[in-house]
Amino acid sequence: MNAGDVLPPLEIEITRTLIVAGALASRDYQDVHHDPEAARAKGSPDVFMNILTTNGLVGRYLTDTFGPQARIHKVAIRLGAPNHPGDTMVLRGTVEEVREDDTVVVRITGDNGIGRHVTGTVTCAVPGAAREGHGIGSVTVTLREDDPR
Amino acid sequence: MDDDGLHARLKAYEGRPAAVAGTGRDPVNAPMIRHWCEAMGDGNPAYTGPDAIAPPTMLQAWIMGGLGGHGGRAPAYEELLAVLDEAGCTAVVATDCEQEYVRPLRPGDEVAFDTVIESVSERKTTKLGTGHFVTTRTDVRVGPELVGTHRFRILKYAPARRRAAPPERRPRPVVNRDNAGFWEGVREHRLLLQRCASCAALRFPWLPGCQSCGCPEWDTVEASGEGTVFSYVVLHHPPFPAFEPPYAVVLVELAEGVRIVSDVVGMPYDKVRIGMPVRLEFRRYDDELTLPVFREVTA
Repeated sequence: MNAGDVLPPLEIEITRTLIVAGALASRDYQDVHHDPEAARAKGSPDVFMNILTTNGLVGRYLTDTFGPQARIHKVAIRLGAPNHPGDTMVLRGTVEEVREDDTVVVRITGDNGIGRHVTGTVTCAVPGAAREGHGIGSVTVTLREDDPR
Repeated sequence: MDDDGLHARLKAYEGRPAAVAGTGRDPVNAPMIRHWCEAMGDGNPAYTGPDAIAPPTMLQAWIMGGLGGHGGRAPAYEELLAVLDEAGCTAVVATDCEQEYVRPLRPGDEVAFDTVIESVSERKTTKLGTGHFVTTRTDVRVGPELVGTHRFRILKYAPARRRAAPPERRPRPVVNRDNAGFWEGVREHRLLLQRCASCAALRFPWLPGCQSCGCPEWDTVEASGEGTVFSYVVLHHPPFPAFEPPYAVVLVELAEGVRIVSDVVGMPYDKVRIGMPVRLEFRRYDDELTLPVFREVTA
């Protein structure tokens, strides 16, 4: 793996179910993540995904791409355009740095129909990453059956 | 209070605790991990089985108060939020999350945490509204061992007044003597077409004279309601009051051969297709407005 390598993108359909299931799985009961009327009263057109779900999806993107042996050490994300139901978010990543100890730093972005939902940096350990010839292409990407690709 | 005065008051909370000796509501456990993985669509085998670890990005879930509320919240943090509420910054949105995972969490781990208020920004104007960013840093421990750190930034803000705050009503149709008969039909849930009294050509929308022969005499025929999508456009921009883009505007060719501009309801804008069979129905938008719309005919 080398700096500059581009990870295969991951499309996530932003359904109402994903937003609510993610909020509840992260024990986030803020009404803006499950109650459209409450969300509108607070100036938002509809419910929107909570940051913990975005964080979880970023984590999934990295381990889907690098495989279960990858260990995530750091995730730093910043949110922008909210993920509302009916939208699609495309997560993309670029390898920024590969250290000798197999630490890989990846810059990630997630774009939806209204703009950039998330930018971030993930630091993870990917066994063998620093070895010559260990490319992203050699890693199996696991996608859910209902992914459009 | 002026902005500077408020900011000075807010700054005084920096370095003060937001949570002291908080404890996770539940030990790290397999069911919550499974619920998380199902929600995220995460099939990573590292999160199941006898040697399962919790997904690292789940860190914050273990310290969330949930519906029961935050037990370990310190008075300083409650005060800070109250000062912001008083200043009109009643809404909250998370903007940043930075986490470091020192070691994986495993089922059975009982987490404890301490949170400190790291910084409170000066007044910032964002798309959502004007407010202050509050950054906290949480150390998560299992016993004496630091297992992770969690820096979290929220924006406490006064929601910007949205232009479309009161729900806008759809535009009213312009009813005149040339089309009054059409709107009378709609009121009775009948879609009436004009038929030329001389050459029997059907026409829609309503016009004073026949497009084929110019004859001003006509009577009406009720449309059967069957049709197909002849064409459509998807409107993304600009937004109009009472319409939320993106939406499809559809030209339906009725079985009788004339075309009408309308909506296909009960279907996302991007599923509308040319040639799609549709059937007429009438939708009531408010006390005064009912419109003919169409719905896909499914086999």
